[in-house]
Amino acid sequence: MNAGERPWIRIGTELNGQAAGAVEVVEGFLSELDKRGVEANVDEVGTLGLSYAEPLVDVLVPGNSRLLFSRVTPEDVPTIIDEYIVGGRVPKSLAFASLGDDPIGVVPDLNTMPQYSLQRRIAMRNAGHIAPGDILQYVANDGYAALAKALFEMEPSGVIDEMKASNLRGRGGAGFPAGLKWSFMVNSPGPVKYIACNCEEGDPGAFNDKAILESDPHTLIEGMILAGYATGATNGYVFVRHGHDGPIDRAEQAINDAYAENLLGKNILGSDFSFDIEVALTGDSYVAGEETGMMEAIEGKRSMPRFKPPFPAAAGLWMKPTTINNVKTFSYAPQIVLNGGEWFSNIGVNNSTGTAIACLTGNVTYPGIYEVEMGMTMGQVIEEIGGGVPNGKQMKLLQTGGPLGGVIGLDSLDLHIDFDEMQQAGAMFGSGGIIVGDEDASVVDLIRVLVTFCQYESCGKCFPCRLGMTQLLDQIERIARFEGVPGDMDACERVGTTMKIGSLCAHGQLGFNPISSALQHFREEFEIHITERRDPTGRTSTKFYYPKSTRPYAEDFAQAQPLKVNI
Amino acid sequence: MTVATEELRERVRQAITNQKRPTVTVLSSLLAAQDALGYIPDEAIDEVAAYTEASINEVWGVASFYKNFRFAPAGEHTVEICWGPSCHLVGATAIIERTLEHVGLEEEGETDDGRLTVRFNTCLGACAQAPVISIDHLLRGRMTPERAVTLIDNIPDNDSH
Ligand SMILES: Cc1cc2nc3c(=O)[nH]c(=O)nc-3n(C[C@H](O)[C@H](O)[C@H](O)COP(=O)(O)O)c2cc1C
Ligand code: SF4
Ligand code: FES
Repeated sequence: MNAGERPWIRIGTELNGQAAGAVEVVEGFLSELDKRGVEANVDEVGTLGLSYAEPLVDVLVPGNSRLLFSRVTPEDVPTIIDEYIVGGRVPKSLAFASLGDDPIGVVPDLNTMPQYSLQRRIAMRNAGHIAPGDILQYVANDGYAALAKALFEMEPSGVIDEMKASNLRGRGGAGFPAGLKWSFMVNSPGPVKYIACNCEEGDPGAFNDKAILESDPHTLIEGMILAGYATGATNGYVFVRHGHDGPIDRAEQAINDAYAENLLGKNILGSDFSFDIEVALTGDSYVAGEETGMMEAIEGKRSMPRFKPPFPAAAGLWMKPTTINNVKTFSYAPQIVLNGGEWFSNIGVNNSTGTAIACLTGNVTYPGIYEVEMGMTMGQVIEEIGGGVPNGKQMKLLQTGGPLGGVIGLDSLDLHIDFDEMQQAGAMFGSGGIIVGDEDASVVDLIRVLVTFCQYESCGKCFPCRLGMTQLLDQIERIARFEGVPGDMDACERVGTTMKIGSLCAHGQLGFNPISSALQHFREEFEIHITERRDPTGRTSTKFYYPKSTRPYAEDFAQAQPLKVNI
Repeated sequence: MTVATEELRERVRQAITNQKRPTVTVLSSLLAAQDALGYIPDEAIDEVAAYTEASINEVWGVASFYKNFRFAPAGEHTVEICWGPSCHLVGATAIIERTLEHVGLEEEGETDDGRLTVRFNTCLGACAQAPVISIDHLLRGRMTPERAVTLIDNIPDNDSH
């Protein structure tokens, strides 16, 4: 990487950087540099994963290693410019770490900090290093080399073979083998076939898909083009929720730049292969992330899941053959094609190859986005990388796999990040969210929030989920308000079983998971709520806030008899 | 009244005919209309139906399904507060309570003076900086109740929305 002879200032502005104040820091640098007449290149970049250190400013003064400044405020900007960039002195109080061959003595070397050294970055290898808006920086880092290799040295079937050999499993939740999924569409009839990238990412607590779009969108675009070549597809969609302007703008700019370089469009790089990609937006709907719900949304309808079969590879978008993968899944493809499937299959553990991109949040010292090798234990991620629970408190629970996943106890710290091991233990890795709760966290109250989410997001197409979630929410709210009665938990279980058996999509099928997992690990807390009418964590408030439309007619119900569904 | 209606219609038509993405659908048109107007008036339903050759029923079906669509104008500024689990565990409820009390609301909605819309969001996507709020789409993390009300009081008054 070389940005000429001027200092190169990189500032992380993806959503987590923005929320920490990075936008003001960028403005600060631009105006203070201008005021002083100091020449420097300023790039907005994505994230190194160290969200706790944002706003993170990374300064490369030619001839030196990179010097990183953490939690920078606009007030710090003049000091960084005057002391370091102009004066050549390291302002010790502000400097966070150095990165490069020649560590800057007085500050720690980032490569010795577990938040960075324990990462193994493949899908996010460029994130935080290159400017997502500059296609040349991507190209300078092996970008589109996999595409050129595929187009000119490999048959489409060869690409599928490498994907199969990699044993890459889908990262959108279910862990279905990606190479196998791609192979399903090869023989589906054309001429129009679709590749759809799922970046709905409605899971609260997961933000790695958006982070990839904002940090290195070309990796995703290249992965999608490879999928198109391998499967004989003609068109691609990047599916994102409206309102997340950063990820949307980055994706659109990357697509435009790829067209300008003939990496998209007709006869890509002079080959016989043509492929188009566009962005499609959805409104607020969690179920729009379910693959058939997504297809309905792209077609502009309500995102209500479809019955399967037909499966998408036979009849998907507009009833044409379609292959759907998550952002992360596509983003591994370029490195797999470039380095070979076997290389990838040697990373990770058992039947879970490659890396996991964990989003660590909640009561944890170093929240962030950490790409680690599969097989690391949850405990390592939380304690060694995340620094454990802050303020001298004890850890109590983990919430993994998104709102349809589980709430699990401390015994799960020994679990390895491995699709199969986690599933057997009743936990899910899902799309990567790990939310940590400390000793003060009320399990019942957290479950109430998760159940509210699942009820709020039920699309209403099938009754076991629509009525079941509403019944579960009523019951959990009563318990959380200390109005539960013995037998409530059994009633929940009956409803939950019906949902599992009778729901059309995984939203309803898994909608009981939060409660069932919590009962497995924290049953006592529910019982204390019911029998002693108190919360053992000391929570007393029984006023709950969430969107009005959770149950638009809740007031009418409240005046009538409590809803009784006897299933 | 009719002038206002015609003007609304014109703005909707502008928004939906100028969509830049190639695939134009009922949903994409509704999103474009709401981006332009801040809400979906009846006129927008009509115009989207006409433009996409869908029935009024279909368009209403889509508009009432996605939770971002609103059918009355929003306040001048929009404050969103995340109630997702990452934020919940580190103090979202206190922020919601303090904010609502400060602006005089009981639940989501618009303040009487029309200055603010307060909305709850299931996840603003910056969970590592929880608790998170957003003010006119700019995310603000590591929030405290006091900082939230200070930020809200200091939203600059502007002429645009
Ligand atoms: C309610 C629900 C929401 C989902 N949301 C997402 C999502 O936001 N992103 C995603 O990639 N997959 C999501 N999925 C999983 C998709 O249906 C699908 O399995 C996935 O996109 C396939 O990609 P993969 O094979 O690369 O994992 C969701 C599933 C359900 C049931
Ligand atoms: S299970 Fe729930 S979300 Fe899925 S189709 Fe049925 S009602 Fe909709
Ligand atoms: S849960 Fe609050 S920003 Fe994601």
